[in-house]
Amino acid sequence: MSQSHPDSPTSTRSTSKTHTLSVLVENSPGVLARISALFSRRGYNIDSLAVGPTENPDYSKMTIVINVEDHALEQVIAQLDKLINVIDIAQLDPVTSVQRELLLVKVSTDAKTRSQVLETVQLFRAKVVDVAQDAVTIEATGNTEKIQALLRVLEPYGIKELVQSGLVAMSRGLKPGSISEDQK
Amino acid sequence: MTKESNNEMTGASALVQALEHAGVDVMFGIPGGAILPAYDPIFDSKIRHILVRHEQGAGHAATGYAQATGRVGVCIATSGPGATNLVTPLADAQMDSVPVVAITGQVASGAIGTDAFQEADIRGITMPVTKHNFLVTDPAEIAGAIAQAFHIASTGRPGAVLVDIAKDALQMKTEFSYPKSINLRGYHPIMEPTAESVRDAARLIAESKQPVLYVGGGAIKSNSQKELVKLAELTGAPVVTTLMALGAFPDSHPQHLGMPGMHGTVAAVTALQKADLLITLGARFDDRVTGKLSSFAPNAKIIHADIDPAEIGKNRRADVALIGDLTKSIEALIPAIKAEFKKSQPDLTPWLNTVYGWRNRFPLGYDHPTDGLSPQYVIERIGKISGPDAIYVAGVGQHQMWASQFINYEKPRTWLNSGGLGTMGYAVPAAMGAKVGAPDKVVWAIDGDGCFQMTNQELVTCALNNIPIKVAVINNESLGMVRQWQTLFYNERYSNTQLHSKRIPDFAKLAEAMGCVGLTCESKDHVDRTIAQAMEINDRPVVVDFSVHKDAMVWPMVAAGTSNDEIVNARSLAPIWDSQEL
Repeated sequence: MSQSHPDSPTSTRSTSKTHTLSVLVENSPGVLARISALFSRRGYNIDSLAVGPTENPDYSKMTIVINVEDHALEQVIAQLDKLINVIDIAQLDPVTSVQRELLLVKVSTDAKTRSQVLETVQLFRAKVVDVAQDAVTIEATGNTEKIQALLRVLEPYGIKELVQSGLVAMSRGLKPGSISEDQK
Repeated sequence: MTKESNNEMTGASALVQALEHAGVDVMFGIPGGAILPAYDPIFDSKIRHILVRHEQGAGHAATGYAQATGRVGVCIATSGPGATNLVTPLADAQMDSVPVVAITGQVASGAIGTDAFQEADIRGITMPVTKHNFLVTDPAEIAGAIAQAFHIASTGRPGAVLVDIAKDALQMKTEFSYPKSINLRGYHPIMEPTAESVRDAARLIAESKQPVLYVGGGAIKSNSQKELVKLAELTGAPVVTTLMALGAFPDSHPQHLGMPGMHGTVAAVTALQKADLLITLGARFDDRVTGKLSSFAPNAKIIHADIDPAEIGKNRRADVALIGDLTKSIEALIPAIKAEFKKSQPDLTPWLNTVYGWRNRFPLGYDHPTDGLSPQYVIERIGKISGPDAIYVAGVGQHQMWASQFINYEKPRTWLNSGGLGTMGYAVPAAMGAKVGAPDKVVWAIDGDGCFQMTNQELVTCALNNIPIKVAVINNESLGMVRQWQTLFYNERYSNTQLHSKRIPDFAKLAEAMGCVGLTCESKDHVDRTIAQAMEINDRPVVVDFSVHKDAMVWPMVAAGTSNDEIVNARSLAPIWDSQEL
């Protein structure tokens, strides 16, 4: 789906890139539906969406990764901001934020390859969480690049099963205007 | 009862008291199982409840009421089909930014999710077509939800809000307390534009030699008419008013060029195309205005004033955005422009000569067919005879466009129509709501024979509740606008647009059966006499079946998806421009 009007003079696909939005929302029923309905209705593609509790039980934090051009990003933020349950939207820069995904991957191993796989796990500071005769299950956290790199290394051994969380992220240091600040 | 504290009451009573606190004086609805507890206290309330014949009618009536008065319109229905019948009017109100609150009953909270009798997830269903919605299962939250709903519907960019209340929440007891103020953490409409944006806008205006004021429905919502006239006269710029803005700026004003868009005037459409600056005021660059977006106003810089930040840059990039209430934005602009004009004021004379030349050369017009009645003539005469204080409510289609073209609108809230969603069937129930809100005004529904057959049952409601609206059925026995497209773009293959409504139904008899006066008119000579006759009847609704020529078409026209440069003044007749104009 395209994220901007096809006729729009500003519509150029070439500038689209990945953006991470940290969205503070009220912890009330239907909020996730509202957000996903908005993305679906306006034709914005979500790369990943992770939602979870915050330090304040009244609020949840969503980390949304989208791949759009800059012009469309402004629209996404403006449209999100119109939702009554959305309290704050921050755009997170990879440089000034911590970004993590969780990966669980089951890799085929035999007597010959197991030690190589385990070495890879160590190199990536990942963890083995289950061992079976013909496979090991690995848990890894990291930013998108690290997770992708780990998967590239593991792929030749044979990936039997893979699940991945959406990205979660927060800005480094104390962010002015953040919810914890407001409550002091 | 006596043992309870003063404030303890059922959720249903809390609902009705909350509505009274919100200032509701009338609501339109139909009872049913899940909402039934609420109808008991409604029986004793000072709020007038008008029992409609279809929930869609309740929704459009609430919209018409809101558009005519500027207040929040209220409709109420039961769960399931009652609620889903509100979906169309809610989507309609939301698209046209009309403040409407809908209240629906929901099955008891324990039954939600079980596919219970008359259960529908109306909160989920209406999420994309409302500004916000609520599902209330706790009686203590009813009053707060109502207060929030009215706040959200009526502030910022107005819109539709739905409050769905579970039946058991209506039945259980609660302490009533209506919030004194509303503070929603995630909702803070911006009311005033920044000083910087005002100064930038004023500078662009002072630099422009070919400006146009492009006025949208926001000017009606924000009650900007006085300020708008001041701004227009200060800048000297020509003015176009969109379909949603008719009446926001007087049609008779010498700077007015008419309506832009697919069926706009040649002068309005072309002025936008040739402008070097669009001063956009509460308009949203809708596709029916811009035509092919990439070729719209190619040389114009854009000042975009809107209360909704998401409208800025949605369709067309803005050079300067004035985010805030439109009246406040114009009030801020005026002194800033005066200050800029002291430094230098551009001479608009050549531009004005050109655009007013277009207006003189390409006026709106129509033919009188030799073998039938001209629909444009009928509508024009209704406007002339009823005058600028009457309220005109149109359905959707050819008659709507003719009513926008051939009636003069001098005042805001005298032209009501379904602009964004284009809802056929809007006119009769919306006219009913408008007449309830403005009982001293003459209210005409200008309807098509197709539209009329979608919602005319509300005439029964009108007849029984002393709501004497007047309905002009512009009967061309077809779905006229669709037929026009078939004529122009489908080789005159009239697939399923012939309604035979000169034969069946007999509109006058149908009107009589519904307790209205039914009149008919088939010839030009009888038009004025028939309208005068309708104007004299004020104790009942009147329906006039104007039997008009079916081949009449709406001109000018910019075909869908083409550039506004390709405006056609009449069939196969593009305006002929002097070479120096283009």
